[in-house]
Amino acid sequence: MELIRISDVEKTYKTGTVALYDLNLSIKKGEFVFVIGASGSGKSTLIKMLYREEKPDKGSIIIGGINVAKLRNGKVYILRRKLGVVFQDFKLLPKLTVYENVAFAMEVFAYDKKEIHKRVMEVLELVGLKNKVRQYPDQLSGGEQQRVVIARAIANKPKLLICDEPTGNLDPETSMEIMKVLDEINKMGTTIIMATHDRDIVDKMKKRVIMLEEGKLIKDIEKGKYYNETV
Amino acid sequence: MKLFRTISRYFRDAGKSVIRNFSLSLASISCIAITLIVVAVALVLSYNVENFAESIRKDVTVVIFLDKDTTESQRQKIAEDIRKTGNVASLEFKSKQEAAEETKKQNDIFSSIVDGWTDETNPLLDSYMLKVKDVEKIKETVSTIRKMDKINTINYGEEMVDQLITVFKAIEKITIGLVIALIVVTSFLIANTIKLAIFSRRREIEIMRLVGASNTSIKIPFIIEGLFIGIFGSIIPIIITIYGYNSLYSFFDGKLFSSSLAKLISPTPFVYNASLILLLIGVVVGMFGSWRAVRKYLKI
Repeated sequence: MELIRISDVEKTYKTGTVALYDLNLSIKKGEFVFVIGASGSGKSTLIKMLYREEKPDKGSIIIGGINVAKLRNGKVYILRRKLGVVFQDFKLLPKLTVYENVAFAMEVFAYDKKEIHKRVMEVLELVGLKNKVRQYPDQLSGGEQQRVVIARAIANKPKLLICDEPTGNLDPETSMEIMKVLDEINKMGTTIIMATHDRDIVDKMKKRVIMLEEGKLIKDIEKGKYYNETV
Repeated sequence: MKLFRTISRYFRDAGKSVIRNFSLSLASISCIAITLIVVAVALVLSYNVENFAESIRKDVTVVIFLDKDTTESQRQKIAEDIRKTGNVASLEFKSKQEAAEETKKQNDIFSSIVDGWTDETNPLLDSYMLKVKDVEKIKETVSTIRKMDKINTINYGEEMVDQLITVFKAIEKITIGLVIALIVVTSFLIANTIKLAIFSRRREIEIMRLVGASNTSIKIPFIIEGLFIGIFGSIIPIIITIYGYNSLYSFFDGKLFSSSLAKLISPTPFVYNASLILLLIGVVVGMFGSWRAVRKYLKI
């Protein structure tokens, strides 16, 4: 079943830089897709459009029945509730504990306290941070912080998890740990789209790979067929 | 149930973030407190000036002396005619005997003189004491009365009344303008302080949006926070107003310049009304400031 349908998407920034050009893409439910490409290839723009941080100038992006390209500012939350986002710079609230950071995302749904507690402990266990619930983000390592972000992103059981360079600030070993967590989440049925420029990871994971260059889709490689080719 | 949970969460979150962002909340609270104190002073001043003006207006008495040979029926006719002018708050007749009695009471020397008078030799005149409804129309009223029969003289401190009217009109305008200007300026000042406080929390707002909080549900806790800040900010000004005005009142013994005219407004219920006004300004300005400030970060 198709989860994301991107048709004829174009985006030019006000500065005149063409970020994306004539993009067509379809992503099925349950897939794990890497988006790779050099800086300025448009992968960040693509990722940001998926969670409606950016709007395309042309074309449509349909995620789970919502046309993201036409979503009004006041309605963005409807989309955001259906997906989780993981960032390179974590975006954790420094004044909240690990537990509170994760619970924060659930509170927008007005679950009751017991439900929140149950689910927060569940996801923190999944990412292996059950023993750090009372710590604050600055007491954690980079890898641990990223796990909190992942826990927060999946707390509401989204169908889609969007990751924008989640390992960008982490060393290779920690990166692989994060990838294991993401892979596990994917196996539980969550579709994952991840932008990265870490070729080692892409190499090892053997997933579908979408390659962008200067705003154009140049390669769409099926699951398992990607080897570290020099582009 | 869900709604109740949401609302209670809004309040809890707002309370938490006032405490979490204590230094910035304190900045907003002190800003509101200081400006409200100034507003309170302006309120006390303007209300008292207004009160003073009002009591003087009410106290202006026109004394209408009647000719000595005025008959009873002529007197009645004059009273009727005066009432017909429509500008009468009260009208009292004071006979020359009463006037004599009053004079007697003033001091002993007068007393012995007055004692020597009989009804025939009493040199005083019968009079009407008129208090007008509208001081500003006093001139017209007096000139109408002056044209009536059997009017001897009319006294009302013409020049002083004229001057007072002009002065009070000016003071009234100035104080109202001052209070309004103060409220407007402080609203913006407070809105700016809150904007600064919220600027440091734009990341929080960004993350709230990212995890799927609707714009309304982001705004509401901030607006409630503004409400709390408004309430906290008005506590000190209210205390100062209540205690300050009460002690001011007892210090001056309720009047200025030991004159019975320049009375201060009695503290109850005035201080409570003023407190309510301060609280209202604090709350409205706090909520408005928060709303304006947070709105800016939701236009992504």
